[in-house]
Amino acid sequence: MPEPTDNAAPYTTVIGLEVHVQLLTKTKLFCSCENRFGAPPNTLTCPVCLGLPGSLPVMNREAFRLAVRAATALDCTIAEFTKWDRKNYFYPDLPKGYQISQFDLPFSEHGQLEAVDPKGAFEPRMVRILRVHLEEDAGKSMHDESAGTADSRIDLNRTGTPLLEIVSQPDLRSPAEARCWLGELRLLLVYLGVSDCNMQEGSLRVDANVNLHIPKADGSLAKTPIVEIKNMNSFRSVERALTYEAARQYEEWQATGKELGSAPKQTRGWDDAAGITRGQRHKEESSDYRYFPEPDLVPVTLTADEIAAIREGMSESPRALRKRLEETWKISAYDADVLVGQGRALVEYFETLARLVDDGKVASNWMQQDVLRTLNEQGITIDAFPVAAAGLADVIGRVKQGDFDTSRGREIFAEMIASGRSAEEVVAAMGIAAVGEDELLTLCRELVAANPKIVADVQSGKQQAAGGLIGQAKKKNPNVNPGQVRALCLKIISELPAS
Amino acid sequence: MSLSRDDVAKVATLARLALSEDELAQMTRELSKIVGFVSLLEELDTSSVEPLAHPLGTTNVFREDEPAPSLPVELAIATAPKQDGECFLVPAVLGD
Ligand SMILES: [Zn+2]
Repeated sequence: MPEPTDNAAPYTTVIGLEVHVQLLTKTKLFCSCENRFGAPPNTLTCPVCLGLPGSLPVMNREAFRLAVRAATALDCTIAEFTKWDRKNYFYPDLPKGYQISQFDLPFSEHGQLEAVDPKGAFEPRMVRILRVHLEEDAGKSMHDESAGTADSRIDLNRTGTPLLEIVSQPDLRSPAEARCWLGELRLLLVYLGVSDCNMQEGSLRVDANVNLHIPKADGSLAKTPIVEIKNMNSFRSVERALTYEAARQYEEWQATGKELGSAPKQTRGWDDAAGITRGQRHKEESSDYRYFPEPDLVPVTLTADEIAAIREGMSESPRALRKRLEETWKISAYDADVLVGQGRALVEYFETLARLVDDGKVASNWMQQDVLRTLNEQGITIDAFPVAAAGLADVIGRVKQGDFDTSRGREIFAEMIASGRSAEEVVAAMGIAAVGEDELLTLCRELVAANPKIVADVQSGKQQAAGGLIGQAKKKNPNVNPGQVRALCLKIISELPAS
Repeated sequence: MSLSRDDVAKVATLARLALSEDELAQMTRELSKIVGFVSLLEELDTSSVEPLAHPLGTTNVFREDEPAPSLPVELAIATAPKQDGECFLVPAVLGD
């Protein structure tokens, strides 16, 4: 197994991630305004989410349910008692002047999620999760610098939508591990139906804490000051930003020798176009938020039985699903990863297909080569795929029973996708008929008779020379099965009197 | 327990309050008194008292996840000191 790329560097990169995901509820966390992206500005607000005097928040049952499902899937301990707190700060997109969040009694703590590279680029990395809590999102402020106006515009549609904050321990050891772990987290949350995790629309946001552990000549370890990186808008930019920041911190350490504790925690923003991180204002210390218990919300309790029942009712995680596909259908870890990475609906299509053709490996090959390629080319998901699993199973079944070979099967499948017709109809329309036994025997006898050179080669032990006969057979009749032609020709040659 | 002038200045900054030196001195005296009242509680033995997260004894108050109409935009932004018919306008918030 290859070593992690960072092992070449004279330091270890230590990374912890803080991930915010928006929950897939119909309404906001504390009011009945719709939780929807893309509506015209300030059309999804009410006295509660505008923070108008006299309004009171009421917790959304579904938001809490989704949050607990996510934390359970992340192996967290679910609290039997949890409450909310006010985090006080001033920002124009926060109309109340405080965010309702969770401070000392989050609803879940102490989870874990493993990052596994399907190609084995690094050893599997188990990452501990410090806590997962449920809070409200802020609105959006927009500033068009090119317009040259002095004002920023505030849209409060997002204000008060439910947000899950997931904080990892600093257990990741390379930018590639961080990217892989985020991918696994996103897949898990999408499988659970907790969030759509769309980074473009901001429903998944990532901040990273990173520093370096540098072995010194005297055997001790130098630790560089921790930097928090923000503004990373894709998984690729997370990996790039961390790679850049690690190199930057090493250079800075060589120049200044500054270590953890000698400088305050710094916040840096990632500039994707420039490919660099830039220093931002110093982060307010946690106590500056003056957290105190939210008086407008009552605590939430769960019994041990209720927590156990939630755990019982959890659907299969992507990790468990990969393992089961590998074991049940005898496919590779890599293939299982590709299939599972496409989502639960595609896995269901695959499993239906595998059952119908009673062959996981063959089903997987058709999925990866023909189905996935079509989905990519047409930019559609499996739900919109025009051929049902039974239709593809029909094609594969006909290939298996020798009606035609795999490449012919592919053409038929492509035609089924294009026309929406069944395998039977396509076969009839393309004039593809199974070649009768007599017809095949006649054809092979003609070929053997017409190719004395190939026959001589085969007789002298070069079986592969028979390949030349298959090409000629396909020219004469495109419907012949190459395997059958080969077997029959070899049989005829073996029965010839020795020359 | 008493607060220092700097404690009060820091809290004032966090609360976005601009206090004069006179006001700071006055606030330091008054807030110290309030903190003093609360610190009377320290005389009590609370070792056997459970922390209270909320004065009401109730828990688990939820609403169902069912949308209701929001305010029309004109009404939502009506009381803003400055608006453009669509958004609230505030002094520039530049990349922080
Ligand atoms: Zn609202």
